[in-house]
Amino acid sequence: MNEPAVPTAAEVVREATALRRSLESGFREEVVTSLYGEVERITRRAVHDAGSKRLDLDQRIDRIVTSRALGLPLMLAILAVVFWLTIVGANVPSQMLATAFFWLEDLAAGAFDRLGVPWWITGFIWHGVYRGLAWVVSVMLPPMAIFFPLFTVLEDLGYLPRVAFNLDFLFKKAGAHGKQALTMAMGFGCNAAGVIATRVIDSPRERLVAILTNNFVPCNGRFPTLIMLATVFVAASFRPAVASLVAAGSVVAIVLVGVFFTLVVSWALSRTILRGEASAFTLELPPYRRPGVLRILYTSLIDRTLFVLWRAVLTAAPAGAVIWLLGNIVVGGESLATRIAEALNPLGWAIGLDGVILLAYIIAIPANEIVVPTMLMVYMSQGMMTDLQSFDQLRTLLVDRHGWTMLTAVNLMLFSLLHNPCATTVITIYKETLSVKWATIGALMPLAIAFIVTFLTATFARLFLGF
Amino acid sequence: MASLGEAVGGFDRVVALAGNPNTGKSTLFNALTGLRQHTGNWPGKTVTRAEGGFQFGGVRYKLVDLPGTYSLLSASQDEEVARNFLLFGKPDCTIVVADASALERNLYLALQVLEITDRVVLAVNLMDEARRRGIEIDTRSLARDLGVPVVPIVARTSENLMALLAEVAGVASGDTVTSPLRSRGTPEFERAVSQLVPRIEAAAPGVPNARWIAIRLLDGDAAVEEALTSGRLVDLVARQQGPDQRFSRKIALQGAQ
Repeated sequence: MNEPAVPTAAEVVREATALRRSLESGFREEVVTSLYGEVERITRRAVHDAGSKRLDLDQRIDRIVTSRALGLPLMLAILAVVFWLTIVGANVPSQMLATAFFWLEDLAAGAFDRLGVPWWITGFIWHGVYRGLAWVVSVMLPPMAIFFPLFTVLEDLGYLPRVAFNLDFLFKKAGAHGKQALTMAMGFGCNAAGVIATRVIDSPRERLVAILTNNFVPCNGRFPTLIMLATVFVAASFRPAVASLVAAGSVVAIVLVGVFFTLVVSWALSRTILRGEASAFTLELPPYRRPGVLRILYTSLIDRTLFVLWRAVLTAAPAGAVIWLLGNIVVGGESLATRIAEALNPLGWAIGLDGVILLAYIIAIPANEIVVPTMLMVYMSQGMMTDLQSFDQLRTLLVDRHGWTMLTAVNLMLFSLLHNPCATTVITIYKETLSVKWATIGALMPLAIAFIVTFLTATFARLFLGF
Repeated sequence: MASLGEAVGGFDRVVALAGNPNTGKSTLFNALTGLRQHTGNWPGKTVTRAEGGFQFGGVRYKLVDLPGTYSLLSASQDEEVARNFLLFGKPDCTIVVADASALERNLYLALQVLEITDRVVLAVNLMDEARRRGIEIDTRSLARDLGVPVVPIVARTSENLMALLAEVAGVASGDTVTSPLRSRGTPEFERAVSQLVPRIEAAAPGVPNARWIAIRLLDGDAAVEEALTSGRLVDLVARQQGPDQRFSRKIALQGAQ
């Protein structure tokens, strides 16, 4: 019979929520803006600065770099230049590394043969484990050694917070945190690093959105696949002079598709299982600083390149061994690899790919970098991964002997962009969220999206474009 | 003044150190307590807590070094440690340490601290660097605008620390009455705040600074909502107001993980 004169805490929270809804949506920005206005006035009265020319210059640069009209185009242009430099610069060193590594492989395998080592030991060690390592190092090291320093320069200059500033309005519309643009940028280097970088996001809900969607930016492990496809299929019909530009353009395009999916999935998550509003945040735009050459080289080459490469090596060695075993264990006249690929073929066909590509993706779950080598190995049916002398040969092999079309290439790019994150990233998601549920969602949701999207494009292409 | 190092127990007053990262906060902490604390603080890395003591004018002070943060608005772990201590630890005085060369950015946090507590002294640190860069700071104008004492210092060389401690002693004892600057929102916003404040005070009796909690609730701060509904807020306050003062230590210890 007692009157509830005292409101419960839950009631107060409900009242506050109702009041918040009744306020104009921009009220928080207004409070923050007025706070900044206050601080600026106080500072102007109290601080007499004799040498702030540098800040003036910073502000003038920022007016261009973060402007509504020029901010985004400038960002895309910088992105395109970075990819173009990576593609052009990595090509020759990659070929040289591959040549050197495979020359050593032949030499060592020959030496083993002469010493009377059984063929399967030689094969397992040199044509399996070693070859997996050699592929990964030669395909990944040059692009990373170019991409990471360029990226670190942008970071040191102070450009990344400006990117977050430019993209903020998009992420806000998606119900996500503006700093997700920063973690997305880290994801270009490595999705696991991107997931760790989400620690800068304060709200747990928005942090989860950022974690679950980080996979949609292609990491360095997936760039070689994308670059190869862009170079071999999309750019092949152009003159050599513009081919590298077209290749860089298609990589930028696929990155934009990734950003598009990041936003769409963030939007969907914010309205379903991770419902909530985007929180306002204050982002300090640090002064532009001249990057220190030595520090950049150290950060990008020691902390990043070698770190990622070492991880790739650790996964590539056992994967190389698995590939060799699958290719050399013969059941009923056919290698295990061929049999599995045939079993996967119907599923692969439905999404515009084939069984071999799916098998390659399954083997590459620990690390996406080894997808292309695995694929080629099964295609060549030589029982080991193969090096090809040129991209022309690769095109001939895939188009003429295995029936690849533009649909295969486009869907492979899409699948590579969207499918599940590598094992390291999934483990990192688990470590950061301490939740099996979110780690599982983080792995399966992108996979489901990859299947749905590629199935739709394949069906569309077959029905309307005559593939 | 005498440094008391890590000697625990028997403190008369609690003083908190807040500020942006890399403003020389730990240098000041070390200068006052005689300790050698490395308190580098990066988002995502371990948040180190430091506690020490010093004596000034016959009064024994406990100094709690809070994690360096850019803001108290959001709910990342280290910011929550700092914020909870300021809200519920009820330090007798909070020294906000600011970098003289980047005063504008530092004042943003200072204003947020002023929203929570009016027992604040602003220490404008790194004055030597600012002077080298040709930056002059009118601390009297600052003090007038902010409504709290402002002292220019150089923690590295212990310059002006006695003046700082004199102001801290005044604020901590209540002899110095401050009138901190508080930002106003839109009229509708202020109406919503004043509507909520009595409700919060009724639901969570004894809660310090209901206005601040009202603002955070209107902002959709999930951490504050959770603290209120789970009863943790009332719990924190009750424990703080109990006979033993271990609470402030406990909050500070949470940062050590």
